[in-house]
Amino acid sequence: MANYSTNEFKGGLKIMLDGEPCNILENEYVKPGKGQAFNRVRIRKLISGKVLEKTFRSGETVEGADVLDTELAYLYTDGEFYHFMNNETFEQIAADEKAVGDNVKWLKENDICTITLWNGTPITVTPPNFVELEITETDPGLKGDTAGTGGKPATLSTGAVVRVPLFVQTGEVIKVDTRSGEYVSRAQK
Amino acid sequence: MPHWRGSDLMHQTWHPTASAANIRARADLLQSIRRFFAQREVMEVETPLLSHGSVTDIHLSAFSTQFAHASDGKVKTLYLQTSPEYAMKRLLCAQIGACYQISKAFRHEAEGRWHNPEFTMLEWYRPGFDHHQLMDEMDELLQLTLEVEGAQRKSYQQVFEEVLTIDPLCASDNTLRRALSEHDIDIHGDAPLDRDAMLQLLFSFRIEPVIGQNVPCFVYGFPASQAALAKLNEQDPRTADRFEVYFKGVELANGFNELSDAREQRLRFNNDIEQRAALQLPPVEHDERFLQALEHGLPQCAGVALGVDRLLMLKTQSDHINQVISFPICRA
Repeated sequence: MANYSTNEFKGGLKIMLDGEPCNILENEYVKPGKGQAFNRVRIRKLISGKVLEKTFRSGETVEGADVLDTELAYLYTDGEFYHFMNNETFEQIAADEKAVGDNVKWLKENDICTITLWNGTPITVTPPNFVELEITETDPGLKGDTAGTGGKPATLSTGAVVRVPLFVQTGEVIKVDTRSGEYVSRAQK
Repeated sequence: MPHWRGSDLMHQTWHPTASAANIRARADLLQSIRRFFAQREVMEVETPLLSHGSVTDIHLSAFSTQFAHASDGKVKTLYLQTSPEYAMKRLLCAQIGACYQISKAFRHEAEGRWHNPEFTMLEWYRPGFDHHQLMDEMDELLQLTLEVEGAQRKSYQQVFEEVLTIDPLCASDNTLRRALSEHDIDIHGDAPLDRDAMLQLLFSFRIEPVIGQNVPCFVYGFPASQAALAKLNEQDPRTADRFEVYFKGVELANGFNELSDAREQRLRFNNDIEQRAALQLPPVEHDERFLQALEHGLPQCAGVALGVDRLLMLKTQSDHINQVISFPICRA
């Protein structure tokens, strides 16, 4: 993998840090008129998901990380691994629990997810921004309440629990924003 | 992090990155600076951008070029100036009196939110002034151009004590190292930082963002090790009569009570050149004509250099230098 100098740092560049692939979020060049130059960099560690700030001496080089995002359809889980498929090549790949993490609660068959590969191995699985899931359990709620004040918890087919308006009932399919975990609307029929 | 954005037209690389309003604002700013100095009878001067000698400071890097038409037939390396300081001091040694210059300066370093390798500098010198008198004058210039209230003035030691509860002149290197980690300044790699680099990181990352938020803040009395071309302070030689100006998180200007001792200046140059060799930095030729001028005699004076692009950024509330430069390096 190529090395990158701090001059090439910019948002989106993938580099290795402490043996872990990282994504540069922000890079700022800092140079006092009468002092040494540094690059102040915000970084997301791609495996742990931790965001941290690191200061590099300007001109330093770091190893690039072989990181690639691919769009794959979720197929099924065998209990240990989560299987995804490239809809064009029909190639399949399995991600482990660590890569899927909390996002397991948004995985629905045939939904297209972003799988981040490091040296060919999945390290993170990102669901679509919006998913449509069926409510398997929620309190009946009060008839006639359409304002949605306060809401109530609803359990979805994947096990996720989201707050929904009182008028939404068990068996209905709703649209959820996976980034915030919030109810958006009833699904379009 | 803020970015400069504009209309679709601005994404075509022939087009200026600065808006028409900001190009106009630059013209107005330059005019008001020239008026300010005309009223005070400070004379505008011009000095060369290309020079045979260059700056020895280990943290500055000059562009160089080859001059193939010298009268002695030899090919010569010429440097683009990193500031007009040496040439302007030669004018002062020739008894030219109070003078200022608005010129391009060049630094061979990265571009960034506050940096373009080619930039506009305002530099002026006041014979008979010390650095505090020059701070008074600069304060008036900032009040005029930025329409702000009068500036604050604090010593380097005072801002460190107020913000970080550290005495920068007495603290051990270990204390500074601990302070860096306590303030979450995490340096990549194992190579140790020298004392000045640690002080500068603490200053840039933790002090600069909090001082001079409502009115500009002058910081004076930098450690002697960061004296550059300033005199050491007579009462406290641990500090130098050097000041900087900060406003809204930006380093705006750097000024000195100018060192006039030619021997001391030669020692500082030689020290820089030795350090450059130790750090395997490219060798540079020091400016011998500047040293000769100092030997002839520099009148007691104070001088300051101000980044005009940054001043314009503050005036136009821009968050990237490309918003105030017609064609930054990427479009030059």
